[in-house]
Amino acid sequence: MPRRLMKGNDALSEAAVRAGCRFFGGYPITPQSEILEYLSWRLPEAGGTFIQAESELSGINMVYGAAAAGFRAMTSSSGPGYSLLQEGISYIASAELPAVFIDVQRYGSGLGDIFQAQSDYWQATRGGGHGDYRTLVYAPASVQEGVDLIQVAFDKADQYRNPCQILSDASIAQMMEPVTLPEMHEHDPNADWAVRGKRGGDFKRVTSTMYYIEDFDAYIKNKYDVMAEQEQRWESVLVEDADLVLVAYGISSRICKEAVEIARAQGIRLGLLRPITLWPFPVKGFAEVNPDVKAYLSVELTSLPKMEDDVKLACEMKAPVEKFLGGANIPESTAIVERAVSILKEQR
Amino acid sequence: MTEKRIPELLVEPNKFCPGCGHGIINRVLAEVLEEMELADRAVGSLAVGCACLMMDTFGTDWIQAPHGRAAAVAVGVKRVRPECCVFTYQGDGDSMSIGFSETMYAAIRNENITAILVNNGIFGMTGGQMAPTSLPGQRTTTSPKGRDPELTGRPLNMINQMKQLSIGYLARGSVASAKDINKLKKYIRSAIETQMNGGYSMVEVLSPCPTNWKMNMESSLAHIENTVKSIFPVGEFVKNGERIDA
Amino acid sequence: MLSITCAGFGGQGVLTAGLLLAHVSMVSGKEITWVPSYGSEMRGGTASCRLRIGDEAILNPFFSSMDTLIAMNQESLDSFQDAIAPGGVLISNSSMVKDAEFRDDIRVIEVAATEIAGDLKNPRGANIVMLGAAVAATGLVDAEEFADGIDAYFAKKGRSNPLNRECFMRGVQAAAEA
Repeated sequence: MPRRLMKGNDALSEAAVRAGCRFFGGYPITPQSEILEYLSWRLPEAGGTFIQAESELSGINMVYGAAAAGFRAMTSSSGPGYSLLQEGISYIASAELPAVFIDVQRYGSGLGDIFQAQSDYWQATRGGGHGDYRTLVYAPASVQEGVDLIQVAFDKADQYRNPCQILSDASIAQMMEPVTLPEMHEHDPNADWAVRGKRGGDFKRVTSTMYYIEDFDAYIKNKYDVMAEQEQRWESVLVEDADLVLVAYGISSRICKEAVEIARAQGIRLGLLRPITLWPFPVKGFAEVNPDVKAYLSVELTSLPKMEDDVKLACEMKAPVEKFLGGANIPESTAIVERAVSILKEQR
Repeated sequence: MTEKRIPELLVEPNKFCPGCGHGIINRVLAEVLEEMELADRAVGSLAVGCACLMMDTFGTDWIQAPHGRAAAVAVGVKRVRPECCVFTYQGDGDSMSIGFSETMYAAIRNENITAILVNNGIFGMTGGQMAPTSLPGQRTTTSPKGRDPELTGRPLNMINQMKQLSIGYLARGSVASAKDINKLKKYIRSAIETQMNGGYSMVEVLSPCPTNWKMNMESSLAHIENTVKSIFPVGEFVKNGERIDA
Repeated sequence: MLSITCAGFGGQGVLTAGLLLAHVSMVSGKEITWVPSYGSEMRGGTASCRLRIGDEAILNPFFSSMDTLIAMNQESLDSFQDAIAPGGVLISNSSMVKDAEFRDDIRVIEVAATEIAGDLKNPRGANIVMLGAAVAATGLVDAEEFADGIDAYFAKKGRSNPLNRECFMRGVQAAAEA
């Protein structure tokens, strides 16, 4: 398969189609609008349906309907639009339906601004809507990884009958990189739970499954416990002998990887733990870290720390956890190295 | 009425209050779906309100949408399963207040779904609050002195909102009398025929809520006949994509 | 690994020049990141893109110090000249940049790209003239191979134009003469 030069948003869209996605309902908002633009022609070409909805609220509920009917369906948004999706995500999780959502993170609360950030970490990983649910959250660090992870997201959504999310950001969405695309996959929409009229069988009711499942609390806890145990993904870079481990996901992790390279060339033992799933947070990855690690540094493009909490929980505070907050600015890798060095000096 | 047997779609007795109009509308819809041999292919979308009580008693496939979003959910189903008969069944609060946008945009796009919007002028499930369709002067728990159009606007006439759109079928019926019920059945049949031939259809149904109107059944039906119909006229407004009202 | 910024007015084809560079580099087996100017960076009508091109996977697509700057206009020169690494290359469009003060610790190649493209009756090809100079000056990819890549790129889009190759080669020549 020859490589193609693709923009993050376009590649994610094409990969979704190749994963068998045949329905998209969504609303334009920068920096995710290329996903709508791409799917507006690509889905009909693949025999699917694209609807530019009147709002994100409507778009996600169209996805709810198409997913209930057994089809691979998705929507995407950013910033304020992502907030509007949360009610629907809660409903889809509560009905135990598979679907995929993309959040191309932008900066700030309220209207904010369109540049890259990682501000929606809590909303994505804590369940941004009401009630008791989780979603598998995948955080690609490159255009290719987005292509790979959206396939995984659709498969895992089916496996667990639970929505999955791709947490992208404006920089990965807008940049271009060479990608290798997978083959086209056709998905069978006629699962036994799919609504399509009772067709001689019992009628089906898609609503909160809590109404029909005995001992629901234990059932739902077990469902998410299994996901938390089995679905952790991470990449570790030189953590076994690291004096300080950077923890970063998505675009931040690439700057951190460069920081590790720069530091190692200077004899500074820096490592990187890159969560690929944000929920479940890859707690298991921390077992690979040097037991004598002197500190962790959580690097996020946020104004307020978010992932830092998960790092503290994951390492059980066996070493101090510091933070490096980029806000809306992509940090210099050398600044991260400098910060790491100063933390290591303090720990001495 | 000449109907003798209970439609098989009505798998359990309904759970509505005594004198409620929903039970009649459920029966009429069930009859139409069975007569048109669509019961096996029917998918309903409802959301929040008294309509939800039919999810266990009315034996089609169902999806329960978030409050107000039933039309968007129905669109999602119909677009991927065009062979299904997809309908929404919603009250006036659900479809015309919180769900106004979704309801209207399904019509604006002339989606091939059928919307059944039950207008009883009140929020039933939550205990009798003012609805978009509450009449001027109507006492509700949130308009205890009577609805004041100066403060709350005039009752929302959904037919007027929709009749200038390019849609397939639009009618308003009622359950106030046997004659009205027979007409309602024709409207619902026309609406579903429209959907299966391609085009948006909506039937609004004037229906009593004796519990929250604090009236008995007879006076509730008389109220529809004498008062509600003067504000919400019944009849067909769009048929075969053509406006047929004056 | 090379870090390159391509900057100019919106409409001067700077994003396309960057894309061509990325595309042809990819075909010749390189790893690339291409990041467009975005958000507040775009205010004032200037556009830019930054590329990293190398043989290994590119880690950080962002950089504050670049090896090469392709400056299509004065504003771009003013914005980015200071960020060129010592010993780096500046390709300056002398049709648009007049009486500029250049640093003396970088290699400056002045190319009258807008005039050359105009003379060749391909006025929108100024970006490709600049690209020719950049490719020649950096030795990134063989110039003939790159020119073939440009032809293939436009042919695939159904916009074959032999004048693009001429523009490119004039840029190559300008760099050789500089």
